[in-house]
Amino acid sequence: MSGSKKWVLGLIVLAFIVPLLRPVFPEVVSDYRLFLVSTMIIASIAVLGLNLLTGFNGQFSLGHGAFYAVGAYTAAILMDKLNVPYWATIPAAAIVCFIVGYLFGLPALKLEGHYLALATFALALAVPQILKYKWLEGLTGGVQGIVLMKPEVPFGLPLSEDQWLYYFCLIVMIVLFWAAANLLNSRSGRAMMAIRDQYMAADTMGIDTALYKTVTFGISAAYTGIAGALSASAIAFVAPDSFGIFLSIKFLIGLVVGGIGSLLGSVLGGIFYVLVDNSAQSLTQFIRNDLGLPFDLSAYTVFGVLLIAIIYLMPMGIAGGLYMAYRKLRGARA
Amino acid sequence: MEQFLQQVASGLANGAIYACVALALVMIYVSTDHINFAQGEMAMFSTYISWQLMNWGMSFWVAFVLTVLISFAMGVLIERLILRPLHNAPVLSIIVVFIGLLAIFNSMAGAFWSYLIKEFPSPFPKSSFGIAGVIGPHQLGVVVVTLIVLGLLFVFFRYTPLGLAMRAAAQNPQMARLVGVRVDWMLALGWGLAASVGAVAGIMVAHIVYLEPNMMGGILLYAFASALVGGISNPAGAVAGGFIVGILENMVAYAGNQIEKATGVYIIGNGEKLTVALIIVIFVLTVKPAGLFGRVVVKRV
Repeated sequence: MSGSKKWVLGLIVLAFIVPLLRPVFPEVVSDYRLFLVSTMIIASIAVLGLNLLTGFNGQFSLGHGAFYAVGAYTAAILMDKLNVPYWATIPAAAIVCFIVGYLFGLPALKLEGHYLALATFALALAVPQILKYKWLEGLTGGVQGIVLMKPEVPFGLPLSEDQWLYYFCLIVMIVLFWAAANLLNSRSGRAMMAIRDQYMAADTMGIDTALYKTVTFGISAAYTGIAGALSASAIAFVAPDSFGIFLSIKFLIGLVVGGIGSLLGSVLGGIFYVLVDNSAQSLTQFIRNDLGLPFDLSAYTVFGVLLIAIIYLMPMGIAGGLYMAYRKLRGARA
Repeated sequence: MEQFLQQVASGLANGAIYACVALALVMIYVSTDHINFAQGEMAMFSTYISWQLMNWGMSFWVAFVLTVLISFAMGVLIERLILRPLHNAPVLSIIVVFIGLLAIFNSMAGAFWSYLIKEFPSPFPKSSFGIAGVIGPHQLGVVVVTLIVLGLLFVFFRYTPLGLAMRAAAQNPQMARLVGVRVDWMLALGWGLAASVGAVAGIMVAHIVYLEPNMMGGILLYAFASALVGGISNPAGAVAGGFIVGILENMVAYAGNQIEKATGVYIIGNGEKLTVALIIVIFVLTVKPAGLFGRVVVKRV
């Protein structure tokens, strides 16, 4: 077993044990914290979806919020109208989002760089309106959205709702990251990356570029859709206006900050944007009360400044930066 | 019939706004090959500046002129400070920087001026302006002002040495540099002009959509559609595209209303405006990427 595999396994074991320490450290392992970590897990799945497309296949998307919305609404409608259990909505959302992503990938084949970014940006802007469309109102609940129930703890396990939600998200995340790692490490994964690095050469070598690009679009959408479905269960509520352009910008933040083309980076990116989102309010209070400035700091100011700063300072994101630092340290010692 | 004319007229007024923003997008695209996703938010920020100036007691037109000048400086600064160092960066980096700017402008406007919707005054006299029953005073004013701005820009690019230098820098940077044009500064000036035109659009539209940090989202989408319909590499095409899309937008909603009246079936209305723009964007991009008046780019491989 290689070093990095040991690390990952150790972290997974740790992630399973820590919530059980709740009776010992009720202050540290609170329900609220567990819920926060669950949202981080969901975020990192969504960022991983975007990363599969942009980081590993070289297709840009500024509209992944759309697939997140499709996943969330698929799950919510299934739970609300058909009483499908929450766990069964995950594969359903994956299938629906794969199809939607694949279909969107078809016109995307004709678009490169800026134009694909433009088309997906337009998609992100239009999503809330599409969700409010009158004919869908019976299903989507229109502007009001859909109110759901939180997942119940199964088999009479002695866990709180938030503890169970955490485990559920964690298991889904592990399965998805394991699948992604295997995919990328296979013939198909190498084809995806070849298309990103040398499109023409990949095409000439006989890789079916159109097929790979559209299927990657579908897989990427399915990942982000699963994250959306998880979020619908976790928050127990969906509404159109929470799926606007700024959701897609958050995924982009996670992608760029974590590291484009890095699995570990997707986790870091997801953790990061949830953290900033959650600490913006306390930052604002700090600025208002301690610095005395009449200024509401929004998370997006931080996001925007960071996006630009990272492009200048750490184009490979946190994961890339850590790796470079590690390499330097090793180099200095040797 | 009168209702139909009304729809066309208000389509023209919207179209004038789209034409301005689309022109701003095209000006940056032609000279740098970048699509400025932050164009709408920059215009929104400029509009807030003019609101602030008026709040400090300036008259509308003084604030208007000052805002256009401030926006010009803002555009030049953004190009010089933020985009210049990324001259050779990959496409994704540039897109990310634009999205960063978008987030910064949006949240700063919310931070300085709050997210509450503000009313924005119209400078055009209510009486004896406009054509009764067809076009309102503000809408007519918007069309007139934007046409003046577009005319000035045309004269500038067509008949002044500086305009010629800017066109040269955009078309063939190497040759322009050889004959002594400072290409770097021409790009910065282009950004300044784009920001100014965007500011005009923002100030003109704010009376219609009200002033708030997210006011330009839909307009930017329509401006994208306009620029694409007209051909994103053609400034005159972008202006034409703006008017075409503006009228089309209202016609679609009008047709939807008529269908609903006639058959009672709701298909499309004002609630689907952004969806219509999305369909236009994707349709043009996939079917005719050069737009109506654009040049077909043949890539050599």
